[in-house]
Amino acid sequence: MSGDFDVIRPETYLALYGILALLAGVFTIKDRATPILLWLTALVMALMAWWIGARSGTDVAFAGSFVDDGFSRFAKVLILGAAAVVLLLSQDYLTRQNTLRFEYPILITFCALGMMIMVSAGDLLTLYMGLELQALSAYVLTSIRRDSVRSTEAGLKFFVLGALSSGLLLYGASLTYGYAGSIDFAGILAATADGFSLGLLFGLVFVMSGIAFKISAAPFHMWTPDVYEGAPTPVTAFLATGSKVAAIGLLARVVHDAYGMVAGDWQQIVAFLSLVSMFLGSIAAIGQTNIKRLMAYSSISHMGFALMGLASADAFGVQAMLIYMAIYVAMNLGTFAFILSMERNGQPVTDIRMLNMYSRREPLRALALLVLMFSMAGVPPMIGFFAKFYVLRAAYEGGLTWLALAGMVASAISAFFYLRIVYFMYFGEEREVLDRRMTGVNWTVLMVSAAVMLLGVVNLFGIEPLAAAAAATLVN
Amino acid sequence: MIGLEHYLTVSAALFVVGIFGLFLNRKNIIILLMSLELILLAVNINFVAFSSYSGDLVGQIFTLFVLTVAAAEAAIGLAILVCFFRNRGTIEVEDVNVMKG
Repeated sequence: MSGDFDVIRPETYLALYGILALLAGVFTIKDRATPILLWLTALVMALMAWWIGARSGTDVAFAGSFVDDGFSRFAKVLILGAAAVVLLLSQDYLTRQNTLRFEYPILITFCALGMMIMVSAGDLLTLYMGLELQALSAYVLTSIRRDSVRSTEAGLKFFVLGALSSGLLLYGASLTYGYAGSIDFAGILAATADGFSLGLLFGLVFVMSGIAFKISAAPFHMWTPDVYEGAPTPVTAFLATGSKVAAIGLLARVVHDAYGMVAGDWQQIVAFLSLVSMFLGSIAAIGQTNIKRLMAYSSISHMGFALMGLASADAFGVQAMLIYMAIYVAMNLGTFAFILSMERNGQPVTDIRMLNMYSRREPLRALALLVLMFSMAGVPPMIGFFAKFYVLRAAYEGGLTWLALAGMVASAISAFFYLRIVYFMYFGEEREVLDRRMTGVNWTVLMVSAAVMLLGVVNLFGIEPLAAAAAATLVN
Repeated sequence: MIGLEHYLTVSAALFVVGIFGLFLNRKNIIILLMSLELILLAVNINFVAFSSYSGDLVGQIFTLFVLTVAAAEAAIGLAILVCFFRNRGTIEVEDVNVMKG
């Protein structure tokens, strides 16, 4: 029994930290000491990521309901890293918006905790609890600017559609429980070893559509643009990075651990989601002028590519997906560091036409954003190209040549709207101007992220063998 | 004799009513919340029916968790709705339209 608690020690400590911080916040400091709490939480998360990264081995706790293996640790390090960076980025923006409440870092903590539980789920109940902890915190985070119509409206839409997706997932879980006789992934795997009954197939489809909502894969993406636009920008950054990693990690775990025997069935669903997401994301982004909506469609399209890796249903596919997600998080954090500093007369703006001739006033920042946009579009030698290369290769080697070809076409379409931002910055006409102000933290994150995009070309910072080892623990 | 299939039929019907309530309702957001509860109730009926049919307790434990989370979810949903009402002065579904989409 004590062994079980050893396995969940990181989650326990993070939960305790969140609860103690909440108590301290309510009874003593209130909003005055929020900046300290913000930095402390970021520090705790960074230390936690380092600690989790140093653990090793595969442990199963509580009779199989919680799994701590290389795959979950890879995802957890990504999630905690993204959460820590987002926390650091948010201080200045939230202070100026007068939204820096002490609940904010605590909600991010609980959200990250839910994500960690999601990627470690070993049965449907743990999956559901992790998912809801993440989702409920995310609803509140989205509407944390409670005096703003947009923020509360985004929260309301997110809540209704998120609750619907949880309902779909639960209905699938109940059918799976009924027809497989077990909520353990191992039990489901054993029950599907010799074929698939109709009830289990329905269960699989419902569970997968519930999770597809969370990763905002088309055709379940309709909440994404509105929520990204309405939520405060730091929250958008967190939704675009951490929660995507968690949701796609959860999907990978469910399809491999629970439905590994019927790969042919879910492979079609994942390939379909991937195809539709890539094209819908790329095409719908073309008409956007609001950069947050644009990032929403961009993330839909990126999720399509990540799903392409998963669709090949083998260890290399999972490895490609993990590499893709790691690079995607690094690119997005840098881009959001820039978006957070887009201001005009002290007010945040999101119109990409404001970037007209930005290169003339801020050549270095414009260059950094150019590198990030090229990387998102997948232009070599930025590492975004290698991310796409890995998933395309995974799809090709997994026998999904048509999907890999479609991916190339979608990638070419998506290059258009990334390059349009670059066009505005370098060749646009001089009109309205952005403020020059940018905090040191944002500047550092932007520059580091851009440098990573260029320097990663050497060996991807050694992430490839790590992802391979992580994928090997999931698929066997 | 009422068998498993009767329970499953009732729950499937409730589930479909909930889904239609979400998408066809053009009036009031409270009705959306009620539809969400219907969906979760359908799930609970499924779990308890399967649990009792197979003599396995896990389904009933799952139901308790679903009930608890549903309560938390409804609380958060109503809280967001109250904030929205304060800003917008209405809870008509058609008025949730500041952002396109």
